[in-house]
Amino acid sequence: MTRNPTWLQITTYSLLAIWVVIALFPLYWMVTLSFKNLRLITTGPFFIPWVDFDPVTLGWSDLFESGQRTRFVTAMRNSLICSVGSGLLALVLGSMAGYGLSRFSYRFGIWRNRDISFFFLSQLILPPAAVILPLYILFVESGLYDTLLGMTLLYTVVGLPIVIWIMRDQFNSLPIELEQAALVDGHSAIGAFLRVAAPISAPGMVASFILVVIFSWNEYLFSAVLTSQSAYTLPLLVATQVSSQGVKFWTMAAIGTAAVAPLLVIAIMLERHIVRGLTAGAVK
Amino acid sequence: MDNGTGLLPATRWQKALFVLPAFLLTFAIVIFPTVFGILVSFTGWTRTGTTLDGASSGFLLFGLFDMVGDIAGAIRSTWNGFDNFREMAGDSAFRTAVKNNLIFAFIGVPFQYVVALGLALLLNQQIRARKFYRVVFLLPFMISPIAIGWMIGKAMFDARFGPFARIARDLDITLSFYDTGFKAVFWLIMINAWYAIPFVMVMLLAGLQAMPVEVFEAARIDGAGRWRSFWDMTFPLLLPVSLTAVVLRIVFEFKLIDIIYVVTGGGPGDASQTLSLYIYKEGYLSGDIGYATAMAEVFLILVIVIIVVLLATVGRKIRSLY
Repeated sequence: MTRNPTWLQITTYSLLAIWVVIALFPLYWMVTLSFKNLRLITTGPFFIPWVDFDPVTLGWSDLFESGQRTRFVTAMRNSLICSVGSGLLALVLGSMAGYGLSRFSYRFGIWRNRDISFFFLSQLILPPAAVILPLYILFVESGLYDTLLGMTLLYTVVGLPIVIWIMRDQFNSLPIELEQAALVDGHSAIGAFLRVAAPISAPGMVASFILVVIFSWNEYLFSAVLTSQSAYTLPLLVATQVSSQGVKFWTMAAIGTAAVAPLLVIAIMLERHIVRGLTAGAVK
Repeated sequence: MDNGTGLLPATRWQKALFVLPAFLLTFAIVIFPTVFGILVSFTGWTRTGTTLDGASSGFLLFGLFDMVGDIAGAIRSTWNGFDNFREMAGDSAFRTAVKNNLIFAFIGVPFQYVVALGLALLLNQQIRARKFYRVVFLLPFMISPIAIGWMIGKAMFDARFGPFARIARDLDITLSFYDTGFKAVFWLIMINAWYAIPFVMVMLLAGLQAMPVEVFEAARIDGAGRWRSFWDMTFPLLLPVSLTAVVLRIVFEFKLIDIIYVVTGGGPGDASQTLSLYIYKEGYLSGDIGYATAMAEVFLILVIVIIVVLLATVGRKIRSLY
């Protein structure tokens, strides 16, 4: 060994510590903001509650007691329905498509598997701003404007390419013999998919489901343009804390904190599965 | 991707059942904006000057016929040929936006990659409390970009009340973050990197964990140092997933809008504006739908050309992307 292991460890842990500060400080600042009012924000800076400032619950009471309680509950419910709904729908449709593209050979006219895969992946390229105006007109004209159904379907389509990509590679990495055996045993192709392939591809499914949920939970542009009074989501509620009297940073921070809390729980519980899901499929 | 295709026998209908639902849903939502976009980019459609009858009552399919007639009429009455494209050629805000898009993609993404690679290598070592670090490093990716814009871009980097500016003022330094175009773009790249790095890091970490341990063991026994074994083995083995992550990030960077919209609004002037933001402001906020849609079409062609060139040059190394 030419290098001193203690020196290496010191470097490793210092770099890790630096990045912990970079990753956490903005989040910490957001949480402290939710316990401040205008005076505490414009004087200061105050860093630690009870030590250098007395926390006030202005932002939180705005969400839970007075003022925006109904809007907050609605936004939370809408975000939950849209993100879980689109996550599940994208997972079902995307797994099926990914399985088909991995296990069968297609020929739609001149389109082969490769072309179909590229069609799906090319949807990733589409910039939302480039389609948002036509979509607005489509949604208004078709009655999907400001509905949870419209938002869920749209988020499903946006999430599909990533799901198909992860799941196709996930299925490619599984041995096909099990499914062939299932076919010999008299199962149909659908039975082989549902009973054999789907259960053992859980890592890819968890990873792709989480990615779609995170995207839909945090998406702003589509929600801003395609909803108004009833189907608005949490990011939109953040953006509407700006009024002629100024920006309600405390309420905004409280919404931000409340919105990230469920995802934090998901991150703690499923972090390992995200990496494992990508390991199984997409990165090979 | 060909490993695996055609290995299972199935009837036509069974095969269609797997792919058609995803295909039809995507097609239904994407086909209209595409066709509509191409047509409207040749019109002077404005929100106030061009009216539609709005939602037809009743079931979706019955409204479809009404809708097509409605829109065709509006397009016919506002047709102005190539006017939008001529306007674009002389529009300096449009050129700035294209330039900024390229900066965010080709300077911002390599920066994200270098930091993410460093973090992934750190996390892949034998460290204590690895789970803690992995969750913490993933967190920025979980926050809505709109909240990031307000909480970090506005509150933390505020030139009067932000903690950094205040501490600097106590030291008699005046800090400002967005007052010139260069600084605005720089800080936007940094804020965006904070959000994007976890995504790249997770992909690289997954790539590192998928690597064969035996090769590294053998190299270590042969006496290869850390530096050598990184450049000779880790980096080349990581190349496919690296390129995949970089191409994905470049694609996402072209869509970048919400952070910029909140933090600088594209300013000062148009200096930190991207195409997405410009299209959104022109089309949705100013209501100049014809011109914005024409820009969107040019934007789409630009993005497709760049991605096709990228895939053609490095794509062969990306085994799994398509």
